[in-house]
Amino acid sequence: MSLRVTGAVASRVLAQLRRDPRTVGLMLGVPCLLIVLLHEIFAGRELIFQHVGGPLLGLFPFVSMFVVTSITMLRERTTGTLERLMTLPLAKLDLLVGYGAAFAFMAAIQASLVSAIAFLFLDLHSVGPVWVVVALAIGNAILGMALGLFASAFASTEFQAVQFMPAIVLPQLLLCGLFVPREQMADWLRVLSALLPLTYAYGALSHAIRGTFDARFVLDVCVTLGAALLALVLGALTLRRRTP
Amino acid sequence: MREHTAEMEAQPGIVVDGLYVERNGTHVFEGLSLSVARGVVTGLLGPNGSGKSTLMRAIVGVQRVQGGAITVLGEPAGSPPLRSRIAYVTQAPSVYGDLTVRENLRFFSRILAAPPGRIESALETVELLGAADRVVNRLSGGQRARVSLATALLGDPELLVLDEPTVGLDPVMRRDLWDTFHELAEEHRAVLVSSHVMDEAERCDELLLLREGNLLAAGTLPELLRRTAARDLDEAFLRLIDEAPP
Repeated sequence: MSLRVTGAVASRVLAQLRRDPRTVGLMLGVPCLLIVLLHEIFAGRELIFQHVGGPLLGLFPFVSMFVVTSITMLRERTTGTLERLMTLPLAKLDLLVGYGAAFAFMAAIQASLVSAIAFLFLDLHSVGPVWVVVALAIGNAILGMALGLFASAFASTEFQAVQFMPAIVLPQLLLCGLFVPREQMADWLRVLSALLPLTYAYGALSHAIRGTFDARFVLDVCVTLGAALLALVLGALTLRRRTP
Repeated sequence: MREHTAEMEAQPGIVVDGLYVERNGTHVFEGLSLSVARGVVTGLLGPNGSGKSTLMRAIVGVQRVQGGAITVLGEPAGSPPLRSRIAYVTQAPSVYGDLTVRENLRFFSRILAAPPGRIESALETVELLGAADRVVNRLSGGQRARVSLATALLGDPELLVLDEPTVGLDPVMRRDLWDTFHELAEEHRAVLVSSHVMDEAERCDELLLLREGNLLAAGTLPELLRRTAARDLDEAFLRLIDEAPP
């Protein structure tokens, strides 16, 4: 692995995003609109907004980066650029870390922007420091990126890649505890939710917002990072130098 | 005899020995053997589906192979040290369509740690200086192919593997590119160029004729014409097919 090559990958991914202002606009604008919409829906029910909106700040990057990565990586596979990269002096880790760095940067902007709107204008308040929420959002972006990379190996068209979003992301959102507390779920659903990484990402975020930095918070953070690492390893396994 | 020894001493570009490749349940190669020398332009000719691209993929180390050995510049094909010594251009242009020509070249030259002036000289060779700041997706198919080719000229490769690099280009451009290939070969590089157009044979120093995964013949164009008593390569190709054991 080399810093030069990793840097080349990261700046290329960012250059591709720069060439596509509409995607960047949607990436940054949509979460802002959604958080405003959420605030309006729960107008007068501040407690619910506090409960749902806070953690959601850190979950947006997970969803966006999953979609962007799975499409970008699918394009690399189908246009032959991945095959060419595999013949060049580039380690798989250069590619993965390069992608990770570029999307973590985007996630930092996205999370900061949404957090600024939510905390400054929508009366959302966090007991824990806001930077922890933003840091967790970046971690979730990397988790989303890693899962998107892995999912892209199983899609042969962009239509399929897009369909992985509801298939992989929505069940995790439903089961993570955001809509129904996990304690109120049927046993089998609770077991299922314990197996999904987003459950821990949500757990860490809701603890950060409530300011309860206890052992459970540490566990949630560790499991989220562990899941991101595992997904990156799985993603790396789908990057083959030799293909049939 | 002396000439033979000198040839033996010079490290060969590529040696393929008993290559077996299976793709999607069909046997592409069943024991293919051939070699490619340095210092010359070798044409890999054959109709579509003869296995040209698969052979090239195997040589650059991205094709899964079932048996046999490929030695490239003295090392097993696909071994990491080869990655900075080989340049490979795929048949379909493999560049980033949403970036400009220059941004594409800058990316690949950073990976290769190429000297800074290379981007401009590569652009000049493929005659794309005027389109350097245009987004690749807005270029014509021929221009896109040239962007892809330019990336192969960035580093300092000892072997160039070019899969149909001149398809769809105008005759002047084609002639100039072939001149470039010969200039590259003169610097003791091995240059392997595939084509399904038999006319391009006369531009190659050495020929490898491939059909249905078998090496039909190898040699220079005059040699092949003499051996088959044919007037052109198409006719030689047909005679070789008739001669070949079923």
